[in-house]
Amino acid sequence: MKSLAEVLKEIRPEADFAASRDFMADGMLDSFDMVALVATLDETFGISISGVDIVPGHFRNFEAIAALLSRYGVAP
Amino acid sequence: MNFTFHGKRISGLLALVPANEGSFLEEMANFNFPRSRSLKLAEVMGYDKHRLVQPGVCVSDLAVFALEHLFAGGLLIPDEIDALVLVTQTPDHLMPPTSSIIQGRLNLKHDMLCMDINQGCAGFIIGLIQACLLLEQESIRKVVLVNADVMSLKTSPKDRNSYPLIGDAASVTIVEREAKDSVIHANLKMDGTRNEALMIPAGGMRLPSTPATAVFDDVGDANFRAKDHLRMDGSAVFNFVQVEVPPMIDSLLSAAGESMDAIDWFIFHQPNRFMLQKLADKMKVPHAKMPSNVVEHFGNSSGVTIPVAVAFNLGARMAAEQFRVCLAGFGVGLTWGSMLLRLGELSFCDLIEYPNTTGIA
Repeated sequence: MKSLAEVLKEIRPEADFAASRDFMADGMLDSFDMVALVATLDETFGISISGVDIVPGHFRNFEAIAALLSRYGVAP
Repeated sequence: MNFTFHGKRISGLLALVPANEGSFLEEMANFNFPRSRSLKLAEVMGYDKHRLVQPGVCVSDLAVFALEHLFAGGLLIPDEIDALVLVTQTPDHLMPPTSSIIQGRLNLKHDMLCMDINQGCAGFIIGLIQACLLLEQESIRKVVLVNADVMSLKTSPKDRNSYPLIGDAASVTIVEREAKDSVIHANLKMDGTRNEALMIPAGGMRLPSTPATAVFDDVGDANFRAKDHLRMDGSAVFNFVQVEVPPMIDSLLSAAGESMDAIDWFIFHQPNRFMLQKLADKMKVPHAKMPSNVVEHFGNSSGVTIPVAVAFNLGARMAAEQFRVCLAGFGVGLTWGSMLLRLGELSFCDLIEYPNTTGIA
């Protein structure tokens, strides 16, 4: 199974996610990337992230995304 | 707010889309954005084809074409129309009402009511509620609800937030009384404090259109649009829909004393495939019961996507069968509304095309 880092790399291959604490502020993810990321996470981990959880705060950095995924029983 | 109507029904439905078709793959060059990210977006959101009017075609052109189609086919008798309700955000002019223009172009009788309602993605629901309210009057026996928008004319072709999904369309829905005591339930909510989430900033009295409002601004994320164009806060709208719509449907079903399982079809406004599938998941509705294929074939034509979804997905079956249907619309205002009704045994339920011509001069 792909890791979270691999999923992010798939969405934005050119971005250096490891160097960022705020993916939105650093221009690595916009709202459409967030949608693409959710669709990929759903598919990769066999979950359906609730629409109400699709807010920028849950996708700000690795820790935030990992915390969200853990609520769906996924340990990335 | 709950509504209950007795002895009214939809008796016919016609959807009209322009024959002119745009393709996301061809338009990708307009967006200053990597091809791979655009393709991923297309896959998730359902961007593919969308129907767009050609320059000069206005709402009254679509409405007149659709109504003349019904008159010519003997499916609607002009003198039987007691009220013409037009729901649109893209009127031909600021004044007069476009419904009056349609009435005049069709030489309809004077003894009738024409009215415009400025509403968007919940507009079909509001139009149906208005039609049912009018039918409470003794003198009104048949209401023609026209829902039409040509929003592509107000959308920046360089705005990846909006242009790929926008479509133009019109619909004609006949609402009339029936002898049976059928019951229609509806639910409507509005929140004007969030009115800027979907807006065309310029062109009204607050900010008249000028050469300055036509200048394309860099609005971030490689998008460019003018103040004359549609502005959509995609994240805010997405969150609004996910938070507000499921409880509204619960409330509607509760008021009607119905369960989710008893509903044959959930025909919702079609913003994009992703948003609808997330809604279906949250409501625990099978995706097969909630069509989400209008954007990929025709684009998002605001409230008209509901009748387009009915005609496209169920058109052939609507003549002979009856279904328990839950309709819902949500968008500008912000406004969110839903309706539970028995829909079927229609005298017509078709999807036709507006030919590749310009409108009247």
